[in-house]
Amino acid sequence: MLTIAGKTFGSRLFGGTGKFASPEVMRDALAASGTEMVTVALRRVDLADPADDIMQVLDRARYQLLPNTSGARDAREAIRLAHLARAAGSTEWLKLEVTPDPRTLLPDPVETLAATEELVKEGFIVLPYMNADPILALRLQDVGAAAVMPLGAPIGTNQGIVTAFQVRIIIEQARVPVVVDAGLGAPSHAAQAMEMGADAVLVNTAIAVAGDPVRMARAFAMAVEAGREAYESGLGEARVEADASSPHAGLDFLR
Amino acid sequence: MKIICNGEERTITPGSKVCDLLRELALDSEAVVVECDGAILKRPEYDTHLLADGSVLELIRFVGGG
Amino acid sequence: MFVTPEFDILQREVAVATRADVERALKSPCLTRRDLAALLSPAAESYLGVMADRAAAITGKRFGRVIQLYAPLYVSNLCANRCRYCGFSAENRIERRVLTLEEAESEAMLLHERGFNHLLLVSGEAPKAVGVEYLEALALRLRDRFAAISIEVQPLQTAEYARLFRAGITGVAVYQETYHREVYRQMHLAGPKSDYDFRLATPARGAEAGLREVGIGFLLGLSDWRAEGLAVGLHLAWLRKAFWRTAFTVSFPRMRPAAGDFQPPLPVGERELTQLIFALRIFDPDVGLILSTREDPRYRDGMLGLGPTRYSAGSCTAPGGYVDPDAAGEQFSVGDHRSIDEVCAAIRARGLDPVRKDWDAIFQQNEAA
Repeated sequence: MLTIAGKTFGSRLFGGTGKFASPEVMRDALAASGTEMVTVALRRVDLADPADDIMQVLDRARYQLLPNTSGARDAREAIRLAHLARAAGSTEWLKLEVTPDPRTLLPDPVETLAATEELVKEGFIVLPYMNADPILALRLQDVGAAAVMPLGAPIGTNQGIVTAFQVRIIIEQARVPVVVDAGLGAPSHAAQAMEMGADAVLVNTAIAVAGDPVRMARAFAMAVEAGREAYESGLGEARVEADASSPHAGLDFLR
Repeated sequence: MKIICNGEERTITPGSKVCDLLRELALDSEAVVVECDGAILKRPEYDTHLLADGSVLELIRFVGGG
Repeated sequence: MFVTPEFDILQREVAVATRADVERALKSPCLTRRDLAALLSPAAESYLGVMADRAAAITGKRFGRVIQLYAPLYVSNLCANRCRYCGFSAENRIERRVLTLEEAESEAMLLHERGFNHLLLVSGEAPKAVGVEYLEALALRLRDRFAAISIEVQPLQTAEYARLFRAGITGVAVYQETYHREVYRQMHLAGPKSDYDFRLATPARGAEAGLREVGIGFLLGLSDWRAEGLAVGLHLAWLRKAFWRTAFTVSFPRMRPAAGDFQPPLPVGERELTQLIFALRIFDPDVGLILSTREDPRYRDGMLGLGPTRYSAGSCTAPGGYVDPDAAGEQFSVGDHRSIDEVCAAIRARGLDPVRKDWDAIFQQNEAA
């Protein structure tokens, strides 16, 4: 069972709620995914359409809400959004996203670290979205991040785990759960992340923009389970470094 | 009396409280978080907080996001 | 806190490993506890050649073709403990000496002239004679002339390690001697060292204090070396997770059956020591592995390039023994009597570069964490 900040999750697939064609499709896809935690963003109410409220279709009894700070360009903005999120959702959980570059939406490491440190002190359960930098992952853990969320590839690019080499290092060194987030474009990517030893994955775009989001959500759920099963049953990534047929180092000196 | 609400100027009756504004906008107070002049209001305060001339309000809610 | 698993569990893990387990461990890019147990097991004995290759490849990639040199400087052989295996035991009638700060500095300067830049200050465990004040004062005298100064003395508190770090001490070595609780009890019947848990937590205190390097190890010969090897590997892995900024080393002090009262209960032979070194190298590609002058020239030269990364040379284990070669009161008898120049020549003959200095003290900022 996956445990983050003392809360257990039956599913290692976390869902995003953005980019869906309609709230109903979103609702059905999330249900099909089996997820137990979903992200939401914060925006100004559209005063022209007051009834448009995502929370009408998100069952909080079923899903742990994980508000994100998308839109924040620095720590100060992220902290303000965090406070709004806590007030809006009555939850301490927070996906910290500080993305100053609107084109790549890559996370700012300096602002993310600063915001994490401050928000942890304020009692938030912070899950920072980060580039797959192993040292940054350690620094975030040192200041109290409840998990780390290294990206597989930039948001929305669906490129798979471009950062695999570094993600493996992060997993190896991690003292908190590692959730691979962003860039997972196909169920096989999610399976790969789990086979590497990731504790969970977060998928949004790939499900929301699929031809049949409900079926795609199910596919991702199966992939996450398959990958985790493989990892737990001792999958050895086949990479032989020593060539057994080459002459051995001289051990004739041994008595 | 004029206030700024979500970046737009709005005329309201003097003596209005936040809950009155939300009702006027057909917004469920449970679904919205209110920031008034930079400070986040607690939900019970919606019924008591008086709006002043020139107040800057942000009405924020959850939307879909990754 | 690191907790040593029950020794019989460790022994069983090693005992049940199969050849298939060994082969899987040798293919794995990131070894698990089970893999380490396999490499330490009897089943791995016939794979020593393959392990040598793997260890050599990993060592080359991580450390290059380089061997670091250091010298031990024994400042005192006074000791409050009665460790049954040690020449310094309070029960032994040997000539006891505590070097004055001036004498210690003279010894150090001799080593400096010989070309050493990494020093290991060693003492018996006698805090009144060689306490934090003494070590601090000595460090302040030596810090400008040595790039790295480690200590192998009585276990200290975190604040004391931090204080020594500010004075110029860069590392600490503290060996658990044996991870087997009952054997530990039998070997350390009296004195401060009889506290197993305090000693076990010492490497963590050193790391927490901000020391750059922490060395661990066990005394080969006290107990089942395979289970001890697994214990030290787990201790190392735990320390790395908890203190990612710290560099770690493992040493392999090996007792030899010798004329004297104490015979090691389970002597470790050369092939076994070799398997242990290879297993740890493959398990942790980044750990420094230290071979001291306890081992003879033939063995030390043979192991060059196969895993060890740091050698002592020209060592004397009696206080004052560098200035006065006739000084009595050795901790153990040295196996490799060659001078630093001879050892460097042997290293170069193997195609490796003997490094006397790893980094410059001037770049160090010994501010405690």
